[in-house]
Amino acid sequence: MHKFANPARFLRISKIITPWCFIITAVSLAVGLYWGLFVAPEDYQMGSAYRIIFVHVPSSYMSMFAYGFMAIASAVGIIWKHPLADQSARAAAPIGAVFTALALFTGSLWGKPMWGTYWIWDARLTSELVLLFLYFGYMGVWEAIEDRAKAARVAAIVALVGALNLPIIKFSVDWWNTLHQPASIMRSGGASIHPDMLYPLLICIFAFNLYFVTVVLWRIENLIVRRQIRGLQIRLAEERQENG
Amino acid sequence: MTNTRAAKRKKKRLYLVLTSLTILALAIGLVLTALQDSISLFLDPTELKARNLPEGERVRLGGLVAVDSFQKDDNGLTYHFDITDGAETVSVTYTGSLPDLFREGQGVVVEGETRNVGPFVATEVLAKHDENYMPKEVVESLKERGVFRHAEDENI
Repeated sequence: MHKFANPARFLRISKIITPWCFIITAVSLAVGLYWGLFVAPEDYQMGSAYRIIFVHVPSSYMSMFAYGFMAIASAVGIIWKHPLADQSARAAAPIGAVFTALALFTGSLWGKPMWGTYWIWDARLTSELVLLFLYFGYMGVWEAIEDRAKAARVAAIVALVGALNLPIIKFSVDWWNTLHQPASIMRSGGASIHPDMLYPLLICIFAFNLYFVTVVLWRIENLIVRRQIRGLQIRLAEERQENG
Repeated sequence: MTNTRAAKRKKKRLYLVLTSLTILALAIGLVLTALQDSISLFLDPTELKARNLPEGERVRLGGLVAVDSFQKDDNGLTYHFDITDGAETVSVTYTGSLPDLFREGQGVVVEGETRNVGPFVATEVLAKHDENYMPKEVVESLKERGVFRHAEDENI
């Protein structure tokens, strides 16, 4: 961990990894979506309407994955004060927020024809909406507090407290009556999706995951470079003052 | 970690984070348990009957549409069906359009007012879909072999 926490070394390694991540993301996303949307068989109840799972399921999964990543990075930041941890958490937040919004949006589009409503305040939908607000809150803290160190600490607390929502989202469909279906993949007794539909779905999940990795690495690079630029600007200003 | 004072501080922060989160998790757990009833989206027929709610109470009722219970009025807009959870059954009447997934044996959630006499009058009918995704051919071959089971028969 310590080795990669060095920003200079991180930048060097990240620059090698990200292009490959990007290529594999693009290829697996193309394969997964084509397979899911055009090749996979129709569902016995929902016909072709079920195909929205190839976007809905990966984005919902990633909305929680990204938050989990953010919470762990925040914990590392607050406890061990690694220089890269806070930046990683901060870099992940907007990506996670977009995944959450996408999950809510695709679910809503799917809900209207199948359930008969765009929205219902059941435990799953509500807890996912709370997740979106937690992302907004987290990002808001970084914008609202000027002092970086203080912003990092407050944001980390928001991320950690909010992480308690993750098990609530996951188990909401088991703990309470919901309109939303129970888990289809991560459930006891194995996945309840036919392999012809499950394989393209897993490829889509993989692609979304790798997309997250790619963009997080880019954003961390960006945040590091921005900090370096600010450091240089300050030094330049100081030197000018000394000389002039 | 040569600096033992720094290491100690880190350990202290670790424990602080862990204990705070544990306490918070317990608190949230208690709140959610207390709110159990209002978080659940609907009552099943057994719960509805056990509640003995006064007339005119707005509730959501959920269960399976009982097989062979579906009837349509002559006007083609009013439907009658039973909702069952295996143990208890409630008759429902509804005027409006039904979602695509609505059929006998399917999980549904209906919203309406309780009645002391006569059927439950629903103002909204929503269909549930279960966690199973299968191609049509697979379901047909399972049915031919007589091993197809609608997942909702087992759980709801």
